[in-house]
Amino acid sequence: MTSAIEAHGLVKTYPGDVRALDGLGFSVEPGTVFGMLGPNGAGKSTTVKILTTLSRPDEGEARVAGFDVLRQPDEVRRAIGVVGQRSGVDREATGRENIQLQGQLFGMGGRELERRVSELLERFGLADAGDRIVKTYSGGMQRRLDVALGLIHEPQVLFLDEPTTGLDPEVRAGMWKEISRLSSERGITIFLTTHYLEEADALTQRLVIVDRGRIVASGTADELKGELKGDAIHVELHEPHADGQIASALQTLGDIREVQIEGTSLRARTDDGARAVPVVLQALEAHGVTVTSVTVSRPSLDDVYLRHTGRSFLEAENVAAAEQQQRHDRQEARR
Amino acid sequence: MTTALRHTWYMSQRQMRMLMRQPVWIAITLVQPIIWILLYGQAYKNITRLPGFGTSEYLTYLTPGIVVMTALFSGGWNGFGLIEDINNGVMDRFLVTPASRGAIVYGRLVQLAIVAVIQSAILLLIGALSGADYSTIVGLLVLVFAGILLGAAFGGLSNAMSVVVRREETVIAAVNFVILPLTFLSTVFLPQEILPGWIRTVARLNPVNWAVEAGRTAVFPSPDWGLIAIRMAYLAVLAVLCSLLATRAFRAYQRSV
Repeated sequence: MTSAIEAHGLVKTYPGDVRALDGLGFSVEPGTVFGMLGPNGAGKSTTVKILTTLSRPDEGEARVAGFDVLRQPDEVRRAIGVVGQRSGVDREATGRENIQLQGQLFGMGGRELERRVSELLERFGLADAGDRIVKTYSGGMQRRLDVALGLIHEPQVLFLDEPTTGLDPEVRAGMWKEISRLSSERGITIFLTTHYLEEADALTQRLVIVDRGRIVASGTADELKGELKGDAIHVELHEPHADGQIASALQTLGDIREVQIEGTSLRARTDDGARAVPVVLQALEAHGVTVTSVTVSRPSLDDVYLRHTGRSFLEAENVAAAEQQQRHDRQEARR
Repeated sequence: MTTALRHTWYMSQRQMRMLMRQPVWIAITLVQPIIWILLYGQAYKNITRLPGFGTSEYLTYLTPGIVVMTALFSGGWNGFGLIEDINNGVMDRFLVTPASRGAIVYGRLVQLAIVAVIQSAILLLIGALSGADYSTIVGLLVLVFAGILLGAAFGGLSNAMSVVVRREETVIAAVNFVILPLTFLSTVFLPQEILPGWIRTVARLNPVNWAVEAGRTAVFPSPDWGLIAIRMAYLAVLAVLCSLLATRAFRAYQRSV
């Protein structure tokens, strides 16, 4: 079976020596939901831009729906639907006009287009709002219109770049349902990027974890979590402890592995959480460390992320935000 | 090619819908030219005693110049909507569909042409009511068309620049830096007979002047059609080159996103 998406050695560098992609490659089987999980700035949107022909890689190649994104961009564009990270709706037009124009650009017209537009408005709960200017829509309605735009021509591959970022939980739940429905009903291939661990966990059949433009892990969510045997212990400390003394002291306790301390947050792994907790607490007390809370949990994708990148997801997000700010400041200064 | 034409039609429909929802824009952009006509036309009423105007009524001389100038300014600001589309993510959405790249620009230029027709009609009417005298309808059509060609040329430039710099402030600065001098280094307000020699030389190479000369000659009695044809041809070539430039600018955009 040929892949719906195939990427090899993608490299993309932006001015200012920002290496957004650093040799990224993967393949996606047709009809599946494929997730790309990573913090902001990991290279997810850059990957989507390249696969959807918006941007060109400096190195590497990619095929989408069997077409080369560099040599056959028009064929790729006809085969894909794209819901960008930022909404792309025309806010000065009505929802109906938005979808109509999108359909016309794909060569649709007449009765067929009209029928399809009404069908999409209906399906995305916009039937009543269809003739209203988009400016009057709520954030969730606009996002649903974005997805409707991406589906007008019944694409083989649908790209959803962080489709639920900025949506409130209720709307997000609705979007999740819609995404699952799309993939099960239509057999469409979905490429989904997200920085929500639970989203990747809930929706995707296969996923890759990206960090700084590289893939650090890939598999099904269960496989990835399964790699981490046993339980995760998370201890919240009263105050930050940066010295490695505590970590090495805990490592010697036998069943405690991969101890990492980040600020006031201590994480470790163990085969049996219930047995390990008192031992850990005792050891911490012996070192004069005050503990605020302790949790034991089955490994989450956050733990997978931590294990493969050496930093927690939150930490990575903060670093990315700071870097982005720096880049922004530099750009402003240049002007 | 047919795809480009079809998509241009769809895109200009979008532009026109936007305009129909805010028709007040046409009025706002007309305030300045109307002031030019009424104020300048009155204040310099007697300037036609100097040689070279070819008419004793200054408004007859001035109004065609203002018509061209208005189209020129519309052209200059034409790229603004593109910056808005880029900032709102609409551009990126279009670029990942099979939409013709040219149509994204041409659709805007079609809207510019339609607006120019409306604005020109209003300005010519105000001119006529205030005393301007034009010879023929055909002449008026040529004048409006000259304005449209000039507007399309500068519209192409404005779009090209907007795609590349993507900052409204920069485009405003460039438009003011280029358009005002080009207007004053032309025969919009004064005939070349009373302009200093160096301005006359510049005016000969100034596209604004090509449009003003072609348009004004056309509405005056017994027009020199040879001169009009040459000026219009210059303008047409320039308009085509500039809109091609705008289409090329999308490649630069693609490299930068």
